[in-house]
Amino acid sequence: MSETKIIPLQQFKHDSAEVAADGDRREFLRTALGGYMNTRTATQHGYQDWEAARSGAAEIKWEAIDRLPELLEQFEANLIKNGTKVFWASDEEEARQYILGILREKNAKHVIKSKTMTSEEIHLNSLLEAEGFDVVESDLGEYIVQQNKEAPYHFVFPCMHLKRAEIKAIFEKIAACPSDDPEALTMFARQQLREKYLRADVGISGGNFGIAETGHIAITENEGNARLTCAMPKVHIAIMGIEKMLPRLSDLSLLQPMLGTAGAGQRITCYNSIYGGPKKPGETDGPEEMHVVLLDNGRTTLLADPEQRDALRCIRCGACLNVCPIFKNIGGHSYGTTYQGPIGAVITPHYKGLQEFKHLAYASSLCGACTETCPVKIDLHHHLLRIRRNSVSEHPPLMEKVAMKGFAFAFTRPWLYHLGTPLARLGHWLSKPIQGTKLDPGYLWRKTRTLPDMPKESFHEWFEKREQQKKAGK
Amino acid sequence: MNGSRTQILAKVRAALAVPNDPHVRHGDTAEAHMIRSGDRVAAMRQWLPLVGPSHEDRKAVFAECSAKLKTRFEVVDSPAAAHAIIAAIAKEEGWQSVAAHATGLVDAACAALGLPVVLASAGYDKDALAACAGGITGCLALVAQTGSVFVTPNSAGGRALSVIPPHHIVLATRAQLISDLPAAWEMLQAAGELPSFASLITGPSRTGDIERILVLGAHGPKKLTVILVED
Ligand code: SF4
Repeated sequence: MSETKIIPLQQFKHDSAEVAADGDRREFLRTALGGYMNTRTATQHGYQDWEAARSGAAEIKWEAIDRLPELLEQFEANLIKNGTKVFWASDEEEARQYILGILREKNAKHVIKSKTMTSEEIHLNSLLEAEGFDVVESDLGEYIVQQNKEAPYHFVFPCMHLKRAEIKAIFEKIAACPSDDPEALTMFARQQLREKYLRADVGISGGNFGIAETGHIAITENEGNARLTCAMPKVHIAIMGIEKMLPRLSDLSLLQPMLGTAGAGQRITCYNSIYGGPKKPGETDGPEEMHVVLLDNGRTTLLADPEQRDALRCIRCGACLNVCPIFKNIGGHSYGTTYQGPIGAVITPHYKGLQEFKHLAYASSLCGACTETCPVKIDLHHHLLRIRRNSVSEHPPLMEKVAMKGFAFAFTRPWLYHLGTPLARLGHWLSKPIQGTKLDPGYLWRKTRTLPDMPKESFHEWFEKREQQKKAGK
Repeated sequence: MNGSRTQILAKVRAALAVPNDPHVRHGDTAEAHMIRSGDRVAAMRQWLPLVGPSHEDRKAVFAECSAKLKTRFEVVDSPAAAHAIIAAIAKEEGWQSVAAHATGLVDAACAALGLPVVLASAGYDKDALAACAGGITGCLALVAQTGSVFVTPNSAGGRALSVIPPHHIVLATRAQLISDLPAAWEMLQAAGELPSFASLITGPSRTGDIERILVLGAHGPKKLTVILVED
């Protein structure tokens, strides 16, 4: 069976049209995100100065980018000092092979994962499953989409598109599931996963921050699944992008609460933990071995763009998705990327190709809601404009060029312009019988829009008439 | 074996050789100056949620956060009063065994309870720990600002004890109630060599993954009880 190659633009057009037409699903998304907005606003008011906190957090992440080489080296040295193995992966293949190598060396069979978007990025699950490992996602949302064999819908709320009845149906395939009440569904997953924890040989996590000063990774979560992933198995592997550095441990004082507030409207999430190596002498439990995989996979390409490296400061709170009018109408899967929404539209072209993913930058009304909500003040909507500009200057679209030349030609020749007006009126009238059919050359444009009837008189004609009447009146 | 270390670091350095675009990097805000120069932590304290200077203020903020988080927060004036609360919980929930670790306040509480104890500090059996309905631990500190319990391996019996049993009970002394997040990290760093793990636990484990509806006890404890012994 040959695999058909997915063309991102076509996939996007198809999927977004489908979701946009599904009023019921859109309403469901809007209700969920409305609830988020209310709690978030209330929690933000609990800060003495949220706006100043944003500027402060923005500066800390800028410092991390400015000093990246030195911080990465410091982070690595501290990790090694505390017995952690560090691996640098240029791309997904290197990261995948390294992780596979550890699992083989350890003779592992069962792998438990806590939420990590970098592992989605390198398509780790499909590889490990193909290699015969038992791989289970432990974050509830991730577990549900994994069981449903689909990608996360939103990088913070992975299964926000699914309704309780749909989740119940997914669970029924695993074991009898008595009710579709969210509490009962959560307990079902808790029970299934507890077993997995007790048996897992290796735990794989991500990392929200890497603390250069101390060599710890910091993980922010709510369920406790990452805590278990880093406590029970004998081996812990953490995968993180190279941009995740923070200079100092005390920087967490600001960034962890802000991540919780922007991400889910909490003053701080339920578990904010740091991990800095395997169990130390004198400590009760923890893994015998810890590995940190530092992933490039396009990040240095983005870093090389002095205008847009800004986007590497993202702390992946997901707020820009939650407020985005486009996200609310086309949903997460339409993007066809690991990172959805405005931030995904900014970074994906750098990671995976400008021409292939430039269309995402056009999936925006440029309203600026994303920029306004971002806790680290990434200039998202201007980056979308910059991507549009770059894609056009790299590859000027032929049709547009021809059309613009045509306009210039007609608009600099009044006789031609005047001739055009009645012709357009005639054309519009003549096209009436074929409007809405595929014979209409403007079919695609008109499918979602109606062109109003042309006025009987153009401004030019009206003005001339008026001048003549004036003269005649005098 | 460290993979493509040299190549990646070289790429990072080459990329940063081109300076930031001044239209994008706004480094001239007052807040940016506060972060870059002088007292970063003092600046953060002006922005984060407010906690008053006294012990009573800290208690009030901790209580307010606890109410929102559905943490049960009790202030008692003697260890005996704490033992009574724990005994009532164990009875009501029908505990058969309790998980704990060997440390002052916790030892006394377990002795008073009189149930079989699974000691995490003694290299526990995973299944025995998972069979406990409750766990009792100490902590490094309670953080008023966020209503958090700050735990480390030594102060709370390792990594798993505070997350496996369905009901986690924390015992803390008066001096352990500190004001804010900067104080928590400061405290950890002041204590000498850093542990391999530390965690801020803020309320019972939770999820909103299904229809964004809050459910407690996703993977960790369904219930969190914090007892502050003022003694
Ligand atoms: S770009 Fe900003 S708002 Fe969007 S996910 Fe990243 S940090 Fe959050």
